[in-house]
Amino acid sequence: MNSKGGSSFGGYVLRWLTSIDLVMLLSLALLIALGSIILFSASGEDARMMNNHTIHLILATIVMLVATQLSSDLLKRWAFWIYIIGIVVLVLVLIQGSMGKGAQRWLEIGSLRFQPSEIMKLAVPMMVASYLSKKSLPPRFKEIFIATLLVAIPMLLIVKQPDLGTALLVGSAGFFVIYFAGLSWKWLGATLVAIIIAAPLVFYFGMHDYQRQRVLTLLDPSADRLGSGYHIYQSTIAIGSGGFYGKGWLNGDQSRLDFLPERHTDFIFAVFGEEFGLLGNLILFTLYLFIIWRGLYLAMKGHDTFARLLGGSLSLTFFIYLLVNTGMVSGILPVVGVPLPLISYGGTSLVTLMAAFGLLMGLRKRKRGYD
Amino acid sequence: MEKRVTVKSEREEYRLFRSRAIVAAVLVFVALTLVFARLIFLQVKNYDHYTTLSKENYQKRIPTPPVRGLIYDRNGVLLADNHIEYVLEAAEDDVKDMDRKLKRLMQLLPITPQEIKKFKQKLRVNSRFQPVVLRKNLTEKETAIFSANRFRFQGFNVSVRMRRNYPLGSTAGHLIGYVGRIDKKDLETLDKKNYKGTTHIGKLGIEKQYEDRLHGKAGWELTEVDAHGKPQLKLDEKAPITGEDLFLSIDLELQLKAEELLAEHNGAAVAIDPRNGEILAMASMPAFDPNLFVNGISYANYNALRDDIDRPLYNRALQGAYPPGSTIKPMAALVGLSADVVTPTSSVYGKGYYQIPGNRHRFRCWKKAGHGNISLNRAIYQSCDVYFYDLAFRMGIKRYSDAMKRFGFGSRLGIDLPHEGAGIMPSAEWKRKKYDKFWYPGDTVNTGIGQGYFTATPLQLAFATATMANHGRKFKPHVLRATRVSRNLPPKIVTPEQLPSLGVTKLRYWDDVIRAMVNVVHGTHGTARRSGAGAKYQFAGKTGTAQVFGIAQNKEYDAAKLKKKLHDHALFVAFAPVKNPRIALAVIAENAGGGSKVAAPIARQLLDTYLLTPQQKEEISEQNNAKNTDESPSLMNINKLKKKKELERKLKREIQINSPLTTAPRT
Repeated sequence: MNSKGGSSFGGYVLRWLTSIDLVMLLSLALLIALGSIILFSASGEDARMMNNHTIHLILATIVMLVATQLSSDLLKRWAFWIYIIGIVVLVLVLIQGSMGKGAQRWLEIGSLRFQPSEIMKLAVPMMVASYLSKKSLPPRFKEIFIATLLVAIPMLLIVKQPDLGTALLVGSAGFFVIYFAGLSWKWLGATLVAIIIAAPLVFYFGMHDYQRQRVLTLLDPSADRLGSGYHIYQSTIAIGSGGFYGKGWLNGDQSRLDFLPERHTDFIFAVFGEEFGLLGNLILFTLYLFIIWRGLYLAMKGHDTFARLLGGSLSLTFFIYLLVNTGMVSGILPVVGVPLPLISYGGTSLVTLMAAFGLLMGLRKRKRGYD
Repeated sequence: MEKRVTVKSEREEYRLFRSRAIVAAVLVFVALTLVFARLIFLQVKNYDHYTTLSKENYQKRIPTPPVRGLIYDRNGVLLADNHIEYVLEAAEDDVKDMDRKLKRLMQLLPITPQEIKKFKQKLRVNSRFQPVVLRKNLTEKETAIFSANRFRFQGFNVSVRMRRNYPLGSTAGHLIGYVGRIDKKDLETLDKKNYKGTTHIGKLGIEKQYEDRLHGKAGWELTEVDAHGKPQLKLDEKAPITGEDLFLSIDLELQLKAEELLAEHNGAAVAIDPRNGEILAMASMPAFDPNLFVNGISYANYNALRDDIDRPLYNRALQGAYPPGSTIKPMAALVGLSADVVTPTSSVYGKGYYQIPGNRHRFRCWKKAGHGNISLNRAIYQSCDVYFYDLAFRMGIKRYSDAMKRFGFGSRLGIDLPHEGAGIMPSAEWKRKKYDKFWYPGDTVNTGIGQGYFTATPLQLAFATATMANHGRKFKPHVLRATRVSRNLPPKIVTPEQLPSLGVTKLRYWDDVIRAMVNVVHGTHGTARRSGAGAKYQFAGKTGTAQVFGIAQNKEYDAAKLKKKLHDHALFVAFAPVKNPRIALAVIAENAGGGSKVAAPIARQLLDTYLLTPQQKEEISEQNNAKNTDESPSLMNINKLKKKKELERKLKREIQINSPLTTAPRT
């Protein structure tokens, strides 16, 4: 692929920079900086972990910058193939998993290890957006049905792994596209009622024992504080004992002394709450809210329907990350393996999220960039 | 059509999206606000609650047990202390390759397979960080061997513990008592907070009685621990407060002498300082070694002690209820005098037996021939039974019993030792309650000479004698003489508790009875005149011979024909010096025969031991040796020297008692 526009390298860089939403970029940088600070504490001041984190960040930034340059026409065309490849790989993972034991989420190709379900967080909204944007909106019943199918197939495959967290995120990403496409409020209400009715059925028939236990734990975490309630029991203590000002950076007793499990991954929010208190949480939530709103704004500025649908979905999926994680860690939602976006340790989710933000930031431009 | 729709939808779709985005933005804000409300609930409203939970998580208060107070005799001779004990221990988490290391340890030290088994059991139960004892009581040699090989046994440690020790073994064992492992019963009553780190508690004797003072106050260490219970750093600490040191009123030399003299019989001896109620000696033989009990006595040892026919675990001095026999005659005389039943000069005709008017039953006197016309003085020093049969009968059981109770008979004196016996001062009411039987005049007669239902503990006899010596002034008998909170402070004397006086105001009565008691030992016809001979001080006493076996009306007591267990008990009570008495005592030798033959000589030697100066004692022992011709002089000297050295070793004073303790006189 060649550069169509700029004649010089300088001009090219300048154009590139102006095509990125700097407000969003700055906000993300701020959030990641905050996240790195708390990760240092949550990792137990582990230098190796911080090195890995740095590598993850560099990788994620590169992916993000590349993603900003992908035009929506290109994405629209790729969406179908990425989606198909994703489905195939998910099936492969399931087959590989059935031969092994328990959860199988990873696909190993040589020394490379990645979670294929992660791709679907982008592939599903792209596919549904690309499908619906070709139709006249609001969608009719048949279109909604097909769109729902497009979401449900990968979602079920991921649930089978089993990885409830990712399935939830993939499902919401797809759902949000349909929502933005103009799913009637009537249908929306009907869906909500359906979910409420289906929830107990899913609880009794569709869940693994450990998942069921997690739901029960949510209802009364102190009932089994050494067993499945341990995570929530300890994380609420961590947050609660942080108080208004927090115990100070590196001074979180709960995390420092290992009472908090998975403190550098899914439960890092408890470390943040313990060390920086309610004040820190206010800043963190404000930052997150700003990023989500900015995402919705960028989506609105998208140059076509596809861009808008994709942007809106990615913004709200990011919100779901935040909601599910903080809700779980503070003990108002069941324990589901969803990381605190852009803060929890882990390369895969970081790269996916930054790729999503790259796409989001690139939506504004017209038919510039690569095609 | 398609074109029309597309054109129309561009604007429509944008508007649609915009409205949806605005709704989404609002919902996002609401949802995040709800989560944030939860955070306010956790971090502001319930902050205190979660702070407490967090501290409970990582702060562990580990108790540090106090060092138990020491026990000394009145002169500062150590009776109970704490020995350092070396134990080999390890925590599971600190040892790699446990099984191989245990095998090699077994080659190095004489560790038994049972110890290994117990160790492994405890490892399973305890936390992985908590050290578990593999072997207790390491000898110095074993400690040295292990230390030299320590590098091969990483994770194993020799640590130091305190173990209660009674350096004199069985000496005063009943009195001092012992500590033992805290058991379920103890847990019901003790202060759990203060005993958190303590393993042993007083079970008997002084150790039990003064547990609160001896134990001390536990301290603590506040440690930060991680989620696995591993200590990280010490946050705070409070040092434990060592228990108080106790100084008993016991004079160890006297105690040793009493035990030595009683060793060939079963029996007891109690000596009291009449001036303040301090117990100077309290011996009960046979005795046991309290050290056996400290770390749990073995079944074999316990059974041996329990099943011993001589019942060594039983504190005869405190619990033994003996018929006091003639030893109570002086008290009975005083009671009769003050009730005007007898007068110092009134007399009774002793014809060898006594008959209640209108009854043919004969109550025999020990002297078959009878004492003839006898008055109070002779009735005491010759121990005439008929005189006291008559006295008791004429006084009536109610008056007699009530008056004798004021000498301390029939109820606990309240000494500061557990398990005190009460003895029996019988009365008509008592008999009705106990046996649902009427009181017969014959019962009164028997009670008059300390027989029948009448029983007393050696302590009660010594107390009654002390009361006699004191002309009725009574002090509560006690063993604790002084306490010391800190090694740097002088011991604080326990104030003796004076009891209500006997209330016999006629000094003459006391003097009459005491004169008769002096005649018992110093008079030419006194029953214990042989024991009084050559005394360097004047003393007063009374013999007693208590019947164990009832003799039928027309039979004679013949020691040779009776089993040893049915032989009479020999008793003697005494106090000295007569003017300004410093010691009152009671001696009982079980089944030893007559009081004058066995008990009185023991009492005399005890008085000598307590009252004579070291030089005087030296002279006496030389005289005794001169009489003894069985041994060659050289062997005799060696034995004598050995004995003296042994005594000196036992009487070695650990501390010099300050002046308040040595100034005994108290009026």
